[in-house]
Amino acid sequence: MRMAGRKIFISGDEAVAEAVRLVSPHVISAYPITPQTVAVERISDFVEDGSLQAEYIHVESEHSAMSAALGAAAVGARTFTATSSQGLLYMAEVLPYVSGARFPIVMMNANRALAVPWALLSDHRDSLSQLDSGWIQVYCEDAQETLDMIIQAYRVAEDERVMTPMMVNLDGFVLTHTYELVELPDQAALKSFLPDYSTDNKMDLDVPKSVCLAAMNHYMEYMMKQELDMRNVESIIEETDREYGDMFGRSYGGMIEQYMCDGADAVLVTLGSVTGTARVVVDSMRSEGYKVGLVKLRFMRPFPKAEIIEIGSKVKAIGVVDKDISVGYEGIVFTNVNSALSDLDRVPQRLNFIAGLGGRNVSKAHIRDMYMQLLEVAEGKEKEKIQFVNARCEYNG
Amino acid sequence: MDRPKVVKYKEPERAEDYPVGATFKAGHLVQTNSGWRTFRPIIDQDKCIKCLRCFLVCPDGAIDKSGESLEIDYDFCKGCGVCAHECKVGAIRMVKEGADEDGR
Ligand code: SF4
Ligand code: SF4
Repeated sequence: MRMAGRKIFISGDEAVAEAVRLVSPHVISAYPITPQTVAVERISDFVEDGSLQAEYIHVESEHSAMSAALGAAAVGARTFTATSSQGLLYMAEVLPYVSGARFPIVMMNANRALAVPWALLSDHRDSLSQLDSGWIQVYCEDAQETLDMIIQAYRVAEDERVMTPMMVNLDGFVLTHTYELVELPDQAALKSFLPDYSTDNKMDLDVPKSVCLAAMNHYMEYMMKQELDMRNVESIIEETDREYGDMFGRSYGGMIEQYMCDGADAVLVTLGSVTGTARVVVDSMRSEGYKVGLVKLRFMRPFPKAEIIEIGSKVKAIGVVDKDISVGYEGIVFTNVNSALSDLDRVPQRLNFIAGLGGRNVSKAHIRDMYMQLLEVAEGKEKEKIQFVNARCEYNG
Repeated sequence: MDRPKVVKYKEPERAEDYPVGATFKAGHLVQTNSGWRTFRPIIDQDKCIKCLRCFLVCPDGAIDKSGESLEIDYDFCKGCGVCAHECKVGAIRMVKEGADEDGR
C-alpha cells in the first residue's frame, strides 16, 4: 500500500542527511569535504540533538573515515560515510578491503572534478576511477532520488545474497547545493521495508572468525565468489526498486531508465543530473517530430549490459555523454557501453560527447546539437567520434 | 596443555561454497613454530589473580587455562608481549631468550 510522506524543501546534501537519519546507522564516520560538507554537518547535528541515535566518529582524514567504517562494519554495525573527489581517492586503498570483506557500507559521494587543475564543481572522474574497487555504484538525477537511493542502498547492500558496499553518487553543487521539494518516507513503513541489520559476517566472541584474512592460496576463488555474487545484484536492485515503488510511490526503473526510447532512431546515454536537462530536450524535439530518446544509466557497477544490448538492437545511433575522460583513450562510460554493444551483430553508430569537465555547463542547446549529430550519423553521415562539448578552443579531433 | 582440536581442512569444490567475505572460522597455528621469540613471557604464579585477561588477549591462543594455574605453551607463544602489557597486576615478565628466569 502506498504511504504518503512529509514533504520538505531541502538540498541534495540535506536529503542525504535526512535519509541517513531515517535508516539510522549505528556508526557514522566522516571527514568534511566540499561539496559534501553540508551532509555530514547535518548528520552531526542530528546526532547532537538526539534525533539520530548513532556513534559519530569525527576522523582526521578520509582514509581514516573508511577505515573506521570498516572496523565498525567488521563487528556487524550498520555504517555510513560520505566523501567527494580527492577524499574518495584518499580512501581508495580501503575500498577493496571493504568490498572484499563484503561489508555493506553505504557511502555518499558528491561527484567533483579531480585536481589538478583545481576545481570544486562537478564531473564524474572521481567515482569512475573507482569502478574496479568492487563497490556497487549508482548515480542520481535529483535530491529525491538521492534520498530514496541512500535508503534502497542499505536494503540492497545488506541483502545476504549481496553483502557488497554501495556508493551513492550525486553531482556536486548541481544537486548537493540545489533545493527542491523532497518527500520523506513514513518512518513506520520504512521499518518494514528496511529491517534491522544482522549478519554472520562479523567478528563475534561467541562464533570466533578471522575476518579480512590473508588467503594467498584462495585469493582467486574469493574473487570468483565476489564476481558471481555481484552478478545477482541486478535482479535484487530491480526487486528493491519495485517494492519501494509499491510502498512509497517512487520507482526509478532499476538498472536504467528508458525515456521516450520507443521508436527512437537516436538515443543519448547519460549519468546523473545532466539527465534532467536531456529530458527537457527530448520532450521538445519529440514535439517537433524528431525520433529521439534518452537512456538514463543508473548503475555503473554492476553494469547493465543486457539493457544496453537491448537498446542497441533497436536504434540507429547511440551517443554517450561522459562527464569524464580516461586520458589517452575516451570517455569511461563510452568504453563500457561499447563493450556491451560489441555483442550485437549490427552495432549502431556511436558518438562520444566529453562534456561538463570541471563543471563546464552542458546546456539544452548543447544536448540538442548532440541529438542532431546523432540523427545525421544515423543517416550515414560521418562525424568526429569523440568530441569535446562546449570547449573554449578548437582542437584537432 | 589443552590445545584446540585439529580439524581436517576440506577445500571447497565450488566458488559458491566459499564464505561471504574473506573470513574463516577462527583457528590457531597447529605446527610448532621455529623459535621466533626474542623475549619469553613468564607468569609469576604468586602474583597472578587469575583474571584471565592474558588468556583473552593472547593473539595465538598460547595461554592455557584448563589447569589449576595459567600456563603458557612455549611451542606456540611468539613472544609478542601483549599478555605482559595487558596484565594489570604485573604478573607477567618478558625475559630475554637464552637468559635465566632473572634475565641473566
Ligand atoms: S592477566 Fe595477569 S593476573 Fe590476569 S590471569 Fe594473566 S597473568 Fe594472571
Ligand atoms: S607473549 Fe604473546 S604469544 Fe606469548 S603468551 Fe603472551 S600474548 Fe601469547
